[in-house]
Amino acid sequence: MSVSRRKFLTWMGGAGLSAAATCKRAYAASGKHFKGYPGSVGVLHDTTLCLGCRRCEEACNKVNALPGPEKPFNDLNVLDDHRRTTSIAYTVVNKFKDEKGSPVYSKFQCNHCLEPACASACFVKAFQKTEKGAVTYDASVCVGCRYCMVACPFNVPAYEYESAFSPRVMKCTMCHPRLMEGKLPGCVQSCPAEALTFGTRDDLLKIARERIRKHPDKYVDHIYGEREMGGTSWLYLSGMPFREIGMREDLGVTPAPELTAGALGAVPIVVGLWPVLLTGVYAMSKRKEKIAADEQAEAVAEAVAATEADAEKKLSAALEKAKKEKENAIKKEVKKAIEEAAKKPEEEEES
Amino acid sequence: MSEEAVAGKTNVFRDKSFYTPFNVICWIILLVGGLVTILRFSGGLGVVTNLNNDYPWGIWIGFDLLAGVALAAGGFVTSAAVYIFGMKRYHSAVRPAILTGFLGYALVVIALHYDIGRPWRLPYPFIMQQGTTSVLFEVAACVAIYLTVLFIEFSPVAMEWLGIRRARNIVIRLTLVLTIFGVVLSTLHQSSLGALFLLAPSKLHPLWYSKYLPIYFFVTSIIAGLSMVIFESAISHHYLGHKMDETHKKEADGVTLGFGKAAAFVLFGYFSIKVIGIAGGNHWHLLGTSYGLWYLVELIGFVGLPCCLYAVGVREKNLKLIRWTSALTVLGIVLNRFNICLIAFNWYLPSDQKYFPHWMEIVISVFLVTVGVVIFRFIVTRMPVLYEHPDYEAH
Repeated sequence: MSVSRRKFLTWMGGAGLSAAATCKRAYAASGKHFKGYPGSVGVLHDTTLCLGCRRCEEACNKVNALPGPEKPFNDLNVLDDHRRTTSIAYTVVNKFKDEKGSPVYSKFQCNHCLEPACASACFVKAFQKTEKGAVTYDASVCVGCRYCMVACPFNVPAYEYESAFSPRVMKCTMCHPRLMEGKLPGCVQSCPAEALTFGTRDDLLKIARERIRKHPDKYVDHIYGEREMGGTSWLYLSGMPFREIGMREDLGVTPAPELTAGALGAVPIVVGLWPVLLTGVYAMSKRKEKIAADEQAEAVAEAVAATEADAEKKLSAALEKAKKEKENAIKKEVKKAIEEAAKKPEEEEES
Repeated sequence: MSEEAVAGKTNVFRDKSFYTPFNVICWIILLVGGLVTILRFSGGLGVVTNLNNDYPWGIWIGFDLLAGVALAAGGFVTSAAVYIFGMKRYHSAVRPAILTGFLGYALVVIALHYDIGRPWRLPYPFIMQQGTTSVLFEVAACVAIYLTVLFIEFSPVAMEWLGIRRARNIVIRLTLVLTIFGVVLSTLHQSSLGALFLLAPSKLHPLWYSKYLPIYFFVTSIIAGLSMVIFESAISHHYLGHKMDETHKKEADGVTLGFGKAAAFVLFGYFSIKVIGIAGGNHWHLLGTSYGLWYLVELIGFVGLPCCLYAVGVREKNLKLIRWTSALTVLGIVLNRFNICLIAFNWYLPSDQKYFPHWMEIVISVFLVTVGVVIFRFIVTRMPVLYEHPDYEAH
């Protein structure tokens, strides 16, 4: 197959275009340090103040119009099991024990990352980090691949597996619609113990630092969510190590988009370079073939020439021989004739 | 659908020759699979799967997508070897490999319809909003384009069968471009399937999580492609030998030896970069844990061992050994995908919270493989795949 120069240039143009198109993606996932939208809001959860009353769960259920739970919200025996968020529970409170054996409670829900893994994972942009601070989800475009659930380091998104025709990913929205109306998130409003503080993330960080400074004996010197996975809009204070209240301490501080930025950045490089490399390999193998074919042709030609020369030699030898034989025969005949001619007069004389 | 079922329009089911073990088993699987399919699409994922909020991906992703795409790599590996690297002696292996690749990818896309929540929205990432920050977007785009490329690459076979000469000749002239497209797209999405898990460092066991995951996936896809060509050639010889022409039969042993040799080398390289991965993460101490031992089973039993067996098989020209090794290698690739997607995923969860597939999930996976085998058989018994069409010149 031959490739004309024009064709080749067309392909290269195509490769260049697609490389240019993918560059934007590489940039979008380049993971530049992002400290959150200025003035964006969040919630500070001081776990030392939580009573484990589950009022927040109830309020969440109500404001989001979720189906009711199996056991009522005032049944505190539910707290004996460690629960995770589900498609009908955007938030759960879990019970732990401190070293003295007294109960410690911690509320758990979507942490609303500054650079969310779910948004980075979604191939249809169903998730969005809003400027207000909430990470929202748009069910009207969701395909249902559930990569967001694989990606979320906090295991937050849940899926409506029971729905045949319109399953959705379900998670806390930080009550984004309520925020836009100027209201508080349902859970914050319902908390009787002030374990939840709503405010701008910057203010919340200041409040949290102040509490740690004032009561160093009461708090672990760490604000969970300040830097975890690049930072989250929900922040936590705790009186005991965070891993002992069910939070992972090994997540690191790298924002999720950075984890795949390298792999995505390699895409345009492969698109740009591979065709050149492969065409080169093809050209080399083609050239090798041509050289081999030429050499073979040459060898054949030589062999043919040699055979021809040989044959010619044999032929000429044979011709020579035939010529000689013919000459000999002629000579013989001539001799015979002469002899006969010489004999004739003698015979005539005799007669 | 069996050959007989198509050939004889009447009394197929009364014909005794129809009830071969192959046909009977196929029909049972297709029937049960069909029923589960109805259940899946009328009742939702919850009815037929054990998927939960911690395990959003089960064997339909682990086996049908991840392993399926890797095992369908024979198409790009073989066509690259023959048309780009100029190894003409493997020419007869190209068509069966392209066919397997095409069917493999087609089945992957069908399997995805079972797995995703709203399959009718599959084109949304392209027509609604492009989530270009997602590795999955790249996978989706590449798989969609590559399926089209494979379809075009395979189309001459059907066109020779149907006698559409002019279009066939046009496609044949595109062979090199299509092959290059195939290699580029395969490089991208094979590696991206591994890159999907880069986003979950806290969930995947550190022995399996590596920044080299995309490279591991790409390299294993080459191993899987080479091994599948050998494996399939062995099966085809056994059951479809009568459909092969002399060239195919003559070249087949060379294909097995050559691909076995290549697989031994690539496996060796893969083994090396896996060790480099452990060293890079300094995870030596994890090898002593139970997950570490399982990792060693995968690395030594399903990478190191097949590497040696291939090498011995090639040195001693032991075709039987090479064929068995190809089966072992294919198993190893499936095991690797299962480990990453299911077993070493959420490794910290207690065993009672871990995922185990529902029997209906397994039925669907077996069902789809059976559909693939039946279509493969349908095509090779009719179209010029294992032999060259006498009316057309080889390309």
